[in-house]
Amino acid sequence: MTTLTINGESRSIKASPDTPLLYVLRDELALNAAKYGCGLGQCGACTVIVDGKAIFSCITPVMLLEGRTITTLEGLGSPDAPGPMQRAFLAEQAAQCGYCIPGMIMRAQALLNRDPHATDESIKGELQPHLCRCGTHMRILRAIRRAAEEMKLKTADARTRR
Amino acid sequence: MTHAVSRRGVLAGAGALIIAFRLSGAHAQTETGTGGKPSKHGLPGSLDDTPRIDAWIRIDASGAATILTGKAELGQGLKTALLQVAAEELKLPLARLSLITADTARTPNEGYTAASHSMQDSGTAIRHAAAQAREILRDEAARRLGVPATSLQIRNGEVFGPNRMRLGYGELVRDQMLTVDAQQTSHLTSPADFVVMNQPVPRIDIPAKVTGGAAYVQDLRPEGMLHGRVVRPPSYGATLRDCDVAQVEQMGGIVKVVRDGNFLGVLADREWTAIQGMRTLAATTTWIEQQALPDSADLPAALMKLPSHDTTIHDTGNPGEPGILVEGTFSRPYLTHGSIGPSCAIAQFGDGKLTVWTHTQGVFFLRDAIAGMLRMPAENVRCIHAEGSGCYGHNGADDAAADAAMLALAMPGRPVRVQLMREQEHAWDPFGPGMVVKLRATVGGDGAIADWRHEVWSQSHMMRPGPPGALIAARLKADAFPPAPPVALAQPEGGGDRNAIPLYEIPNSKVVSHFLPDMPLRGSSMRSLGGYLNVLSIESVLDELAARSGQDPVTFRLRHIEDPRAREVIETAASRFGWAGRVKRSESTGFGFGFARYKNLEAWCAVAVEIEVPRQSGVVRVRRIVAAVDTGQVVNPDGIRNQIEGGILQSMSWTLFERVTFDRTRVTSVDWSAYPIMRFDSVPESVEVRLIDRPGDAFYGVAEAAQGPAGAAIANAIRDATGVRMYELPFTAARIKRAVAVRSEG
Amino acid sequence: MKLRSVLLALLVIGAIGGTAALLYAWEAPIPSIDSRSAGAPDRAKARRGASLALLGDCATCHTAPGGLPYAGGLAMPTPFGTIYSTNITPDPETGIGRWSEAAFIRALRSGVDREGRHLYPAFPYDHFTRVSDDDAKAMYAFFMSIDPVRSSAPPNELPFPLNVRLTLAGWKLMFLRQVRFVADSSKDEKWNRGKYLVDGLGHCGACHSPRNLLGAEKASASFEGGEAEGWRAYALGRRSQSPVPWDEAALTDYLARGSHPQHGTAQGPMANVVDNLSLVDSTDVSAMAHYLASLGKGEGRKDVETAPSGPGRLPQAAGIQAATPSIPSDSGGAIYAAVCASCHEGDRALPLGGVRLGLSTAIGGETPANLVNLVVRGIPASTGGSAHPIMPGFGDVLGDRQISDLANYLRTQFAGKSQWDGIGKAVADARVTGELDSATKSKRFGEGP
Repeated sequence: MTTLTINGESRSIKASPDTPLLYVLRDELALNAAKYGCGLGQCGACTVIVDGKAIFSCITPVMLLEGRTITTLEGLGSPDAPGPMQRAFLAEQAAQCGYCIPGMIMRAQALLNRDPHATDESIKGELQPHLCRCGTHMRILRAIRRAAEEMKLKTADARTRR
Repeated sequence: MTHAVSRRGVLAGAGALIIAFRLSGAHAQTETGTGGKPSKHGLPGSLDDTPRIDAWIRIDASGAATILTGKAELGQGLKTALLQVAAEELKLPLARLSLITADTARTPNEGYTAASHSMQDSGTAIRHAAAQAREILRDEAARRLGVPATSLQIRNGEVFGPNRMRLGYGELVRDQMLTVDAQQTSHLTSPADFVVMNQPVPRIDIPAKVTGGAAYVQDLRPEGMLHGRVVRPPSYGATLRDCDVAQVEQMGGIVKVVRDGNFLGVLADREWTAIQGMRTLAATTTWIEQQALPDSADLPAALMKLPSHDTTIHDTGNPGEPGILVEGTFSRPYLTHGSIGPSCAIAQFGDGKLTVWTHTQGVFFLRDAIAGMLRMPAENVRCIHAEGSGCYGHNGADDAAADAAMLALAMPGRPVRVQLMREQEHAWDPFGPGMVVKLRATVGGDGAIADWRHEVWSQSHMMRPGPPGALIAARLKADAFPPAPPVALAQPEGGGDRNAIPLYEIPNSKVVSHFLPDMPLRGSSMRSLGGYLNVLSIESVLDELAARSGQDPVTFRLRHIEDPRAREVIETAASRFGWAGRVKRSESTGFGFGFARYKNLEAWCAVAVEIEVPRQSGVVRVRRIVAAVDTGQVVNPDGIRNQIEGGILQSMSWTLFERVTFDRTRVTSVDWSAYPIMRFDSVPESVEVRLIDRPGDAFYGVAEAAQGPAGAAIANAIRDATGVRMYELPFTAARIKRAVAVRSEG
Repeated sequence: MKLRSVLLALLVIGAIGGTAALLYAWEAPIPSIDSRSAGAPDRAKARRGASLALLGDCATCHTAPGGLPYAGGLAMPTPFGTIYSTNITPDPETGIGRWSEAAFIRALRSGVDREGRHLYPAFPYDHFTRVSDDDAKAMYAFFMSIDPVRSSAPPNELPFPLNVRLTLAGWKLMFLRQVRFVADSSKDEKWNRGKYLVDGLGHCGACHSPRNLLGAEKASASFEGGEAEGWRAYALGRRSQSPVPWDEAALTDYLARGSHPQHGTAQGPMANVVDNLSLVDSTDVSAMAHYLASLGKGEGRKDVETAPSGPGRLPQAAGIQAATPSIPSDSGGAIYAAVCASCHEGDRALPLGGVRLGLSTAIGGETPANLVNLVVRGIPASTGGSAHPIMPGFGDVLGDRQISDLANYLRTQFAGKSQWDGIGKAVADARVTGELDSATKSKRFGEGP
């Protein structure tokens, strides 16, 4: 049995160790956000954060994740209390069908956690592994910029208060 | 023109417009599968098929309303827009409305959610039904209060009378009150009084989508659910020679292996186990395949050689007038819908009844097809729409539903979820068909277009279920159904010949549609159908005519078009873009313009672009896009912007990158490495969408309005930057580079 | 190694420079020309030059990521510091627009620019010195025919005294042999053509031969394998470690198409080379393959399972991936089974499918650099409208120890060789070059062509 730390909770997993994280999240833990898109690491719909890095959950077997910190979109906020990145996507209405969005948000979140001052260019470069078919790219970029601004303000705010 | 609400007969009322409506007499088979027949009741939108008001609107004792629609949310924002319309006319806050979308057991049958018809069909129906429901409630209040209805005001679901008398909808509503047929006239709210319509109301479906709520059929997990996977044949028409069912049945966690003719599926408790079972089964299976695909090296020639049914769909004047001649053969390859989430469905069978949760675009047609496939009475099959990943037309949704139904029948009592694998979605997609357009035109000495001849070759763009043979599972099972017969969608909406008749005023013109009954590759409806290539071809030739006769492309278009709404979108896009004062910032800069009215019946859209395309690399980088769109009465301006932005970017991807590949036996573009689409390195630097406000007008479909003009604008910008006219889609960097090299050799 | 090289380089070059420079180093400027006054370009000549420029792989170094072809600005990390490639478009201010034909030919073959400054040997004039007059003139005609681009490369980042170009004269004195190609009359025309291209414009040895401490190719060890930008350029000929020995047909295919079913796909810097070769006259590619095949064959592996021919063994629509095999208990084997096997045992045809790892030179080869680079970075998605393999990188999923375990498992299991030496350092290096790569990648998306 594998034990995973997901969104701050320790979870015991029954699935065999070779099972990709995606199927454990969806099938065993009933977490909806990570999506099956290709199973090949080509589209980014399954992206989650492991130890601060955005990874494809569809090709990452759970046996590699014991003891590591996993964050899914559910860990960033809820419909009642969305996190800053989620708020930004809502504010920009940055979705059409929305299927690719959880993966986009997770990669953007990992980037901004690492580099709150990420430039537009580095945001685009970072999102290169991700596909959106509805053509929502302009909004997605706007939403990430908005989140970056908000997160910067918050950091600045915290600094001045200190 | 169907279901348009005319502004004639508008009478000013007390804060309301009384709108009469008329229906066109088009009799063609339509892309939505409904309408196109003579009006039954003389009612607007889908009310004509389903006139009962409570089929659309129900109000409960708390005063909350439930809205029903036969259309489906496809990520286009339909739910929010319909609720806006209903809230506006019912005078209820949005929060007190709920919506039920396409469900064969509950909602009206509105055919397919397709052809950018939803607001016209369902939006119009709900608007009128809501207005009439409001009137019924007001009249009831007037009766109870003993005052004239005209003395009453309605706000927030309450009717206010003199002397602070007030009655809520919940108090007023009685059984059967709305079980009446709609009247011919409705008292619609005046645009001046809109509080919800024409507002950028946030989409109701987005919060769940950005927080991990259960937003899609993929996210449903009914109690006891099994996971199914199918093994598809490797190529069209392949027959199963041999497979080792027993080996897979022995695998831990595999519940059942289903074989029915050439149909193969596995059922398991867990999804990963189902996938492992599917892969193991696939590896043990051998097939007999045929070399039946055309030569992909010269697809346009292969298509033009096929037998065709030829129809002259437009013929004016004397085609063949002399002048400066421009001609070209434009082609597009087969394109795949490319949903990011492979299709999925859940089916449950028990007591002789089958329920299917599906992201199909047409629950009623799918119900009929599945019932036919399983030889069950249609009333024993229920199809319920649940959202999927964006489909952009007829993708694998119906096939996945049929697969789930097949597997559910093998395991009565257990819900069965099937999701296609990426390669299955890619290889078996009913592609947007490969097409060819041959255009020949002249511009006379006076600078006006003298002659125009357009021919288009295409297979059917309408192979949706209805007939069971449109479903892959029905074709594979032992008692297989024959392939569905090819459907030619007729003008004025058209299929492959959609938008083939130029909207421009051309005295001598002829348009011929070569309908190809053969289907070299499986094909069906994909956003804008033939409209994309026809518009791209028309606008390319128009541009070329302008260039050859030394005229500005925008001026040249305006010179040939009288429709004031067309002129306004062209002028708006041009002026917002700064077309007249455009200056190239480098030798690689190109400017391009494109315009069309979708289907010649729906929204008007003009697109101007600025690109950079260095001749040495052929790589197109889009700097700036400005679009103007006239979609009639706006319900949700942000929703329209989102649709137009998306349409432009998707069209960019089609135009620059996309092509289904195949050898003589198999489709080979089975994933995103073989079928590249736009990634973030290619997105434009800016996209601006201007909406033209048309208060009080009808709804004109918008979701497919931008694809043709955007592709055309890019084609024209490439010409402007490099001097080469591109004909064969996609316009990849390698092709542009080659064309430039050939030209400079010239 | 790098630090030591630099120190040695400083000492040696300093000493030589002192004595030899004044005698040897002085090169006169060549007068500038006004390119606008040049007559109409000779199209046929320029076209031949375009093909030669592809054979010379010029664009690869003379193009910045996301930049215009030949406009320069690519950062090239060398053991001695970072050198930026120059703009070789005919822009008069920032490119070679003022260069006469003679100036161009001198730069190409002698490594001296128009103004008389010595060029760093990152520019492989030690190979180009073999280029014939006719070919050099055709290349000049081509470069003068392309669109000028105004773009200046950043200044080189080199320590003293390497930043003094005069010291390069010393290097040249020691290592540059200015000899034109001389055909070997005992060999046929195809062989000679191949050798001319391989040793000259193609400068294959620049990557595929080892270099000495001063960065010069070891003449005694030609084609015994070298390094390029953190990737291993495999040994060619008899020293080749390819599991299936290369033959002329396979070399031809690989150079022309970028992949071969028994050898895999070209990655790293070689990917650019095959992209360029895919556009040149196939007889030139055949000649190069013919000559390279004449260098001899490696021994190969007797028990290697060759790739199936024709379409993938598995029906594609039933899965381009294979079922995951049972998971062994050792760390490396478990990672292979759970992470790699589904694609690499899927038997999807190359180049889009994962190669059978028994056929991989990255696993059987001289150093683990390429294997580790691929595991860490994968093959990132590109756009451009042509099919291109995508392999996800696993650097963020796998720890250093796990990558080492995997690399050692693959080495023993698929190459039948003992575990890698220096695998830990290879992993660390791959992470560093991976970071550098992604830094330039994100820069790339900002700059439009």
